[in-house]
Amino acid sequence: MRRLALIIIPYAWLLALFLVPFIIVLKISLSDTALSIPPYTPTLDFSAGWVGIKDFFGNLDFENFEFLTTDDLYWKAYLSSLKIAFVATVLTLLVGYPIAYGMANAPDHWRPTLMMLIILPFWTSFLIRVYSWMGILSNEGYLNQLLLSLGVISEPLTILNTNTAVYIGIVYTYLPFMILPIYSALERLDASLLEAAEDLGCSRFTAFWLVTIPLSKSGIIAGCFLVFIPTLGEFVIPSLLGGSKTLMIGKVLWEEFFNNRDWPVASAVAVILLLILIVPIILFQRNEQKQREAEG
Amino acid sequence: MRRLSWFNTTALTLGFAFLYLPMVILIIYSFNESKLVTVWAGFSTKWYGELIQNEAFLNAAWVTLRVAVISSTIATVLGTMAALVLVRAGRFSGRTLFSGMIYAPLVMPEVITGLSLLLLFIGIGLDRGVFTIILAHTTFSMCYVSVVVSSRLVSFDKSLEEAALDLGCSPISAFRLVTLPIIAPAVISGWLLAFTLSLDDLVIASFTSGPSSTTLPIKIWSAVRLGVSPEINALSTLMIAIVAVGVITASLITKRASLKQQADERAAVHA
Repeated sequence: MRRLALIIIPYAWLLALFLVPFIIVLKISLSDTALSIPPYTPTLDFSAGWVGIKDFFGNLDFENFEFLTTDDLYWKAYLSSLKIAFVATVLTLLVGYPIAYGMANAPDHWRPTLMMLIILPFWTSFLIRVYSWMGILSNEGYLNQLLLSLGVISEPLTILNTNTAVYIGIVYTYLPFMILPIYSALERLDASLLEAAEDLGCSRFTAFWLVTIPLSKSGIIAGCFLVFIPTLGEFVIPSLLGGSKTLMIGKVLWEEFFNNRDWPVASAVAVILLLILIVPIILFQRNEQKQREAEG
Repeated sequence: MRRLSWFNTTALTLGFAFLYLPMVILIIYSFNESKLVTVWAGFSTKWYGELIQNEAFLNAAWVTLRVAVISSTIATVLGTMAALVLVRAGRFSGRTLFSGMIYAPLVMPEVITGLSLLLLFIGIGLDRGVFTIILAHTTFSMCYVSVVVSSRLVSFDKSLEEAALDLGCSPISAFRLVTLPIIAPAVISGWLLAFTLSLDDLVIASFTSGPSSTTLPIKIWSAVRLGVSPEINALSTLMIAIVAVGVITASLITKRASLKQQADERAAVHA
């Protein structure tokens, strides 16, 4: 009895506030746009009995999804989100790996402090961290001021409101997600393996390439997915740092909903975004599973 | 391994400079006299003064705080229950769906979570306001809490609880006297995580809030879309300071607690 109550309360909460809303999105994505409130038809009408339910299912169609394929904007936005997320993930890996490597090789008594310094930004507002780059990257910003005064450039660089700024923003905010799994993989690495490789005639670089990188592979994969998956649906970074040309699907969904008030199309955009996310999520879970098995 | 230390030192220095310099600049320029944020015109605290008099910000901060305290508390209770279900309840029909619903919100893009909850609230005719934001925040943060708590429960020695039951405890008092004190650190960090997630959330709150329930992130968002402002710099500095003090205090407390525990264990061994 008590066990039942323990299961039912969180279960019912999640059904009502996670699964049901999601089914509503799915349903609205199959409905037609209307100029009423709520701005879609058909609505499920139980008072009309069986006829109401039949009408409801009869009126569902894939029109919104067809619309998404006919208008360039949407598939361009999906492709560009995938591209931005992919490039940003590679950049984050290139920036994050040396930091994780440095941490794993730092003296033992430094590590708790370094760890805290990596985690601390997690607790600071995401919005503020993105915002802090606006003052740095703008035309009159600190970076341009510095470069102009050093004489490196004679004209201010346009960085804010371009994809470059979006990449910087993503690398900056998601860096801890990349560093932590790589660090935990590198920390467990047995240093004697590297010594063995060098004794057997490897140069330090070859030993790094043939021993360290393969042994930190699971950390690299986990870090990449932890950056790639949330970046794909990112909204705040492209809106604040990107320009009008920066197309990302999270931003399109937001605008479709709040500016165009087209709920069925916004819902269809959401459904497709989720379908795209399923592949990396499954790959990520498989990686985690493999790692657990290797440890266990 | 120390041979590469010039490389490690450079990587760490550059890395931490990259992570912290933007915030340091933000903090410095929050004390700038000039309205033009990128031009330094002398030290001043006037933006903090203006911030304190800005009623819209104060109201938004109050809404945000209320939402965060209430939603993280409910999320901690529900999340801990969900963790107990995941780790302890064994098999029951619908278990796969349950664990799916716990993990899915963690990877769900915020725009989708926000959109779907808004459509639900409109569908059942619930007026949007503080209450709906609390519902939304509780839902996604309880999943984070349950992940944190269940990872602690997995490593928990079940025989301790069984011993308490054998010695005549009721299941509820066994939970209260044995299990809860052991998982308490995870429950507390779950609460803190839920609290910061709620404080920080812009996207889901934008979908689920009404006109009278603007939260601080929504307020900051509409201000920064127009560009950098000294008032927002001052506000950000205050928020960074609060977080830094909180995190450092918490880590000192846990460090002291673990030292004390080690000392107790040593004393117990010698006694």
